[in-house]
Amino acid sequence: MDQEMVKTENSDCIICIENLSFSYDSEAPVLSNVNLRFRRLESACIVGPNGGGKSTLLFLILGLLKPSHGKISVFGENPEVARLKIGYMPQHIQLDPDFPISVMEVVLMGRLRQHFWGRYSQQDRTIARDAMAEMSIDKLRDRPFSSLSGGQRQRVLIARALACQPELLLLDEPTANVDPGVQEHFYDMLHKLNQRMSILTVSHDLGFVSENVDSVICVNREIHVHPVSELTGDMVRDMYGYGVNLVQHNYRCSEGSHTHA
Amino acid sequence: MLELWQEFTGANIPFLRYAFIIGIFSSISFGIVGTYVVTRRISSIAGAIAHCVLGGIGAALYFRTNYHLMWLQPIYGAIIAALFAALLLGLVSIYAKQREDTVIGAIWAIGMATGLLFIAATPGYVDLHSYLFGNILLTSFNDVIVTLVLGIIVLLPAVVFFNNLLAVCFDNRFAELRGVRVRLIYLMLLAMTALTIVLMVDIVGIIMVIALLTLPPAVAGHFTRRIWSMMFLSAILSVIFTTSGLVASYRLDLPSGPTIVIIAGAGYLLSIIYAKIKSAFI
Repeated sequence: MDQEMVKTENSDCIICIENLSFSYDSEAPVLSNVNLRFRRLESACIVGPNGGGKSTLLFLILGLLKPSHGKISVFGENPEVARLKIGYMPQHIQLDPDFPISVMEVVLMGRLRQHFWGRYSQQDRTIARDAMAEMSIDKLRDRPFSSLSGGQRQRVLIARALACQPELLLLDEPTANVDPGVQEHFYDMLHKLNQRMSILTVSHDLGFVSENVDSVICVNREIHVHPVSELTGDMVRDMYGYGVNLVQHNYRCSEGSHTHA
Repeated sequence: MLELWQEFTGANIPFLRYAFIIGIFSSISFGIVGTYVVTRRISSIAGAIAHCVLGGIGAALYFRTNYHLMWLQPIYGAIIAALFAALLLGLVSIYAKQREDTVIGAIWAIGMATGLLFIAATPGYVDLHSYLFGNILLTSFNDVIVTLVLGIIVLLPAVVFFNNLLAVCFDNRFAELRGVRVRLIYLMLLAMTALTIVLMVDIVGIIMVIALLTLPPAVAGHFTRRIWSMMFLSAILSVIFTTSGLVASYRLDLPSGPTIVIIAGAGYLLSIIYAKIKSAFI
């Protein structure tokens, strides 16, 4: 009975972090006293200044780093076990842009786990094709990854994450290096995916935050979670520790006045 | 050319035949493993492994002469030293990434130093030059057999674990998150690299073998956009570079290693010029 109770509670909270601290070697903590409950089918965005611990939090959830203190469980399990239920999308700039690989080969990587030898079955190919269709990149299937634009690469990497058939999608800076026109389409698509899986995004793009997620996880050594409706400029300033210029993204500036990072 | 063919098939100079067979057969492994080395960007690790081979050759010569172990061919020492260096460098690059650069340099030099000391302590004359720069006179029938066996040992995992190797080279972290045993695959890749390097030590020598491992894939990279086609073209280029190098060195009475490497280097330079011109016009 008791176990049953725990199970239902855990199944609702897919990422549970309690009193977690993390430091590299014996240096000052990157994250301290972090508490977080992330629920099924929720969508949240991790924001914060560079060096504030965004990537560290991401790697802790993926089980690539272990907490110095405290507990973290994902899907009620050790992150190293649970990572198979996560579809992870890295930033495409972290990958070799000239690597000789086709779009299909990249997406198939999402099916790697299934066989010891790493052979892909007919079913794996069908799943990969479905993921590509969902991201509307089926026409790019045989194209070299190196010949794609930034936005196309991003979509290929999301298709790869979807090919994992994940329960949680983890996206690292999905809108970086993507054209504004493509971004709009991208938000719609995330919204659709959110109907069947939880989505956790890392982004420095505050315009992304306001319109597309349920809550914001502000990370700067400590973390604070805000429902999007409550987010104000003051809160952002408190979290970043300094004033941040909120850029209004639905406003087109005169050409050459500034460039987006 | 006919004259060369007669000399090639003639019984009085078997080493020429051996060199051609070794060169052509090792080219397959060089094309495949070289492509992984270039795309995974571990050329400096491969370079360090190659130089450590001298340590193994030196030790083998020393123990063979001093303890009359006639079965102990230098190539066996080379295999052991290469595998040991691959394991050591692999562990360093997995567990001490921050120090990797320093350690690669150190192992590179220490491996060579060990070999030089063993050779100095070995009584009698040892032609160091041949091991450093290659000498086809060193090839024997035994080397041909060892090359065939090593080549098959290298090719098996390259084919069987193709998808895992590709994933580890392209996006190691993602592969790890999918449950691929990335460290094991990486160590296996380094072991394959080590054995491949040993294949051509007689012909090109330990100092220049790294060029023959990385130049063909670097040239192929300009013409191909899929990894298997890059491997296929690298292997063909490697055959062209080694055989034409061997012919030229034999005809012009030049050392084989430098001749092969200069031809490979010229090929690389031409491919860069071709790529520049192509990108300027398209």
